[in-house]
Amino acid sequence: MRVSARSISTVLMGALLLGIVVAAPAGAFGQSDPSTHRSITDTRFDWPTWSSVVRVATLRDHNTRIVVLGTTLLGLAAGLVGTFAYLRRRALMGDALSHATLPGVAAAFLITGEKNLTYLLLGATVTGVLGVLAVLAIRQSSRIREDAAIGIVLSVFFGAGLALMSIVQSTSTGNAAGLNQFIYGKAASMITSDATMIGIVAFVVVTGTILMFKEFRIVCFDQDFAASMGRSVVLIDLLMMGFVVLTTVIGLQAVGLILIVALLIIPAAAARFWTDDLKAMTMFAGTIGAMSGWIGASFSALLPKMPTGAIIVLTAGILFLFSMVFALRRGILPEAVRRIRLRRRIALQHLLRAMAEIEERTGKPTPIDSAELVNMRSWTQRDLRRLTNRAKGAGLLTRKSWTELELTKLGRTHAQRVLRNHRLWETYLIEHADIAPSHVDRDADEIEHVLSEELIDELERALEAGQDIPPSPHDDTPDTARTMP
Amino acid sequence: MSPSRSPDHRRFEHDQVHHDDDSPLSIHDMTVAYHRKPVLWDIDYAAPQGKLVGIVGPNGAGKSTLIKACLDLVPRASGSVRIYGKSYKEQRRVVGYVPQRESVDWDFPASALDVVTMGRYGRIPWCIPPRKNDKEAALHALNQVGMGDYAFRQISKLSGGQQQRVFLARALVQDARVYFMDEPFAGVDAATEAAIVTLLRELRERGRTVLVVHHDLQTVPEYFDEVLLLNMRIVAAGPTSSVYTEENLQKTYGGRLTLLTEAAEAIARSG
Repeated sequence: MRVSARSISTVLMGALLLGIVVAAPAGAFGQSDPSTHRSITDTRFDWPTWSSVVRVATLRDHNTRIVVLGTTLLGLAAGLVGTFAYLRRRALMGDALSHATLPGVAAAFLITGEKNLTYLLLGATVTGVLGVLAVLAIRQSSRIREDAAIGIVLSVFFGAGLALMSIVQSTSTGNAAGLNQFIYGKAASMITSDATMIGIVAFVVVTGTILMFKEFRIVCFDQDFAASMGRSVVLIDLLMMGFVVLTTVIGLQAVGLILIVALLIIPAAAARFWTDDLKAMTMFAGTIGAMSGWIGASFSALLPKMPTGAIIVLTAGILFLFSMVFALRRGILPEAVRRIRLRRRIALQHLLRAMAEIEERTGKPTPIDSAELVNMRSWTQRDLRRLTNRAKGAGLLTRKSWTELELTKLGRTHAQRVLRNHRLWETYLIEHADIAPSHVDRDADEIEHVLSEELIDELERALEAGQDIPPSPHDDTPDTARTMP
Repeated sequence: MSPSRSPDHRRFEHDQVHHDDDSPLSIHDMTVAYHRKPVLWDIDYAAPQGKLVGIVGPNGAGKSTLIKACLDLVPRASGSVRIYGKSYKEQRRVVGYVPQRESVDWDFPASALDVVTMGRYGRIPWCIPPRKNDKEAALHALNQVGMGDYAFRQISKLSGGQQQRVFLARALVQDARVYFMDEPFAGVDAATEAAIVTLLRELRERGRTVLVVHHDLQTVPEYFDEVLLLNMRIVAAGPTSSVYTEENLQKTYGGRLTLLTEAAEAIARSG
C-alpha cells in the first residue's frame, strides 16, 4: 500500500488537536460554578463540571464505556461502508433509507406496545428497505430521475412516520416518550444490551466490507467490466446496500435518522482528500467515523440535553473541513503552496533564460547589466531585484557590481538547459504543429516549465536533436511587449 | 452469411439455430432494444479465427451495443451469441473486454497497477484478495504496453493515451482468446496509437481474435483484416479488401441521402 505513515500520523495528530480544541471550551465552562443561578427558567443549559469531563474522557463509568464503544464501532462501520456508497454514488440513497425507517419504528411500537429495541429496529429495517425499493421502483418504471425519486420517498415515508408517531403519543400511556430519540439520536440512553447489539452488527459490517473489498472496488470503478467477468453486479450492490441498511438501523438510536446519512458521507469525503489509494481511503474514513462517534458520545454523556447526532455530525464536519484545507494530497492549502512554488520556479527560469540568451548573443560568459534584463521582459525593477536576490540565494548568480549580474557555473548549466528546452519546444511547434514562428515564443513560454523528463526525451526523439542548443527560430531582439504569464 | 437474406429465410431457420463451433464469435439473428426501441436489427455474423476485425459505423449505429450484447451486458430481445460454440456464460474465461475509456471515473482512488490487477479478478474467488503473482502479471502487462514506469501513478494523473493503455493492459492480463475493444483509439496520441496497433498485431500472431470498434475510416484498411460495417443492421461484413468499398461506406453512413443518390442513379439509368 502506498500511503505514507507520515500522512496517517498527520491526520491522527490533527484530529487529536481538534478534539482538544473542541473539548476545551466545555471544560473551561465546567469550571465556572454551576450552582449560581443565571436564569429563571429550567431550560438553563447545564454545563458539565471539570471532573465529569475527566470522568468521561477517561471512560471511568461503565455506562460511558458502553456508549462510547458502541458509537465508535458505529462510526467505524459507517466510515468503511460509506466509502463504497460514496464512490458508488449511492450516498443519498442512505438518506431516503434512514428517513423511511421512522414509520417502521412507530408501527413496531404500536404493534408490540413496548419499547423493545430489537422490535423497533426490525420495524425500522422493514420500512427502510421498502423505502429503497420504492426509490428503485419509481426510477425503473417512470422517467423520474433518482434525485427526485429520493426526495419523494424520503418525505412521504418521513411524513407517514410523523403521523404514526402522533398516534403513538396520543394512545400510549407515557412510555412512548423515548421514541423521539430515533429522530435526533441520544447515545446516552443506550444500555449494555443496545451497545452489544450495535457492536455485533458493526462487526458484521466491518468484516463483510473487508471481505468484499475486491468486489466493491471493481463494481465502484467499472461495473460493466465486473459484469463481463461474471461478477453479479446486482448481488454485490445488494450486499453493499445491505451493509448501509444495517449501519443506518443501528445508528438510529445514537445519531438519529435525520443525520445518520452524514456519518456515511462525510468520513468518506474527508478521507478522499488524504489519499489516492482505496485501501488507505477506507482506513481514513473508518478512523474519522470512529473518532466522530467517540467524541460525539463523550459530549452526549456530558451534555444530556444536546442531541448526540448533532454533536457526532458536527465533529465529523470539523474533521472534514480540516481535511479539505490541510490534507497533504488534495487539500486546498498544500495545493496552493504547490502552485506558488511552481510560479516562483517559472519566474526564476525566465530570469535564467533571459541571461542565457544575452550570453548567447555576446558569445561569451559576461557580467550582464540589469537594465538590459529589464528590457527582456515586462519586469519592474522591484520584480527583478526580488528575483535576482532569490537566484543569488540559490547560488545561481553573483552580483558583480550594483547593476551587474553574472551567472555562476551552476546557474549557467541551469540556464542553458532552460534555454534548450525552450528552443526544442519552439522548433517542435513550428515543425510539427504548424504554428507561425512569430507565435511560438509565447506558446513555448507557457509549456517549457512543465516539461517532464519523459516529454523532453520524446521531444529529442521527435526532433532528432543533439545535446547542443538549437538556434532561435525567430527574431530574438528584446521584446518589451512580452508579458509575464 | 449474406446480409441481404430474405426475412422468410430467417423465419424458417429461427428454431434450429446453427452456430459455427470453430468461430470465436458467432451471432445469430440477434435483435437488441433499449426501452423497446430497437437499436440493432437481425444481426447475423461469424467472426473468423485469429483475425483483427474492425467494427465501423456512424454514431448511434449500435457498435458499443453490439459488443455489450455479446457480453451479456445488455439484454437481447431475440437471437443468440456463441463464443467458440458455447454461451458467453460458459466462455467468460476466454473473453477479454476493453470498455470505452469515458465509461469510468478516472478520478477514482486507484493506481495504474490497481486497475490492471482488476483484469485478474475474474479468476480469483469471491472475498479473496489478489496475490503477489496477480500483481506480477499486472506489472508484466503494464510493461507490455510501455507503461511499466507508471504502475504506481494515480490514474487521474495519466494522459488519455496512457489511460487507454492501462485499459489494454487490464485486458491483456485476462489472457483471453477473443477480445472485444470499444473505441481503443478514441482520443489517443500518436505514440499510443502506434503502441496499440503493435499490440493488436502481436495478439493476432498469438492466434487471438480481436474485435475493435473503430471510428477512423482512414486507418481501417491498414489496421484490420476483416471489417463489419454497421448501421443498426449489418450493412456488409467480410475481408476488408473486398467489403471496405466506397459503395458500402455510402450505404453505412449515407442514411437517407443514399436513398436519394440511388434514386437519382436509377433515374439516370432509366433515362
